[in-house]
Amino acid sequence: MFETVLLIGLVIFSFSLLLCVWRALKGPTLWDRVVALDSFGLNLIGFIGILMIRQSTSAYAEVVLVLGILAFVGSVSLAKFLERGVVIDRDSH
Amino acid sequence: MIEILISLFVLSGSLLSLIGSIGIIRLPDVYTRMHAATKSATLGVVLLILGTFTYFLAEGIFSLQLLITIVFVFLTAPVAAMIISRSAHRNGVELWSHTKHDELMESYPKHLEPERNTEKSDNP
Repeated sequence: MFETVLLIGLVIFSFSLLLCVWRALKGPTLWDRVVALDSFGLNLIGFIGILMIRQSTSAYAEVVLVLGILAFVGSVSLAKFLERGVVIDRDSH
Repeated sequence: MIEILISLFVLSGSLLSLIGSIGIIRLPDVYTRMHAATKSATLGVVLLILGTFTYFLAEGIFSLQLLITIVFVFLTAPVAAMIISRSAHRNGVELWSHTKHDELMESYPKHLEPERNTEKSDNP
């Protein structure tokens, strides 16, 4: 029973990852792609979380944490770069 | 008994993430897609990591990394969404044609207003 629930969760998450990849490939503007990649990172965290329960190992805890940090830093720096052409800008407005 | 709780966490988390991804596909412009991606995907991932944390707590392992992940995702996903949508608005990405009101446009100074034209689709 518990195994079945975890398997259903994995299938749902892989379908959700597939939808994110489709939007990242298709998206009309660059910002759509950034949104889709950010959401892809979040969904990947959930996928690895289910995998941790299924394999009953806590070895992937650091992987989850680092993926969260990388998704945030990646989307923020990409958005700042697309905004002005630099990552850290010195203007006040 | 604890397995029922974990199953509830896992199922609700994965369904919320699926709802967020369907919103990314179905909604019409960047700002509404941001709304779908941020709210439901964040809640789904937080619920699912909470389920994982409960599972390891029942096995006798207190995993601090998972708690830090919950706090981090909960704090940073709205910030990332705000920065991405502000960047899109400043570069003149079109709003959906049925949008009633654009409050951010009124806050710009006159010479800094982004110009909106339809050819600006894929290169900033």
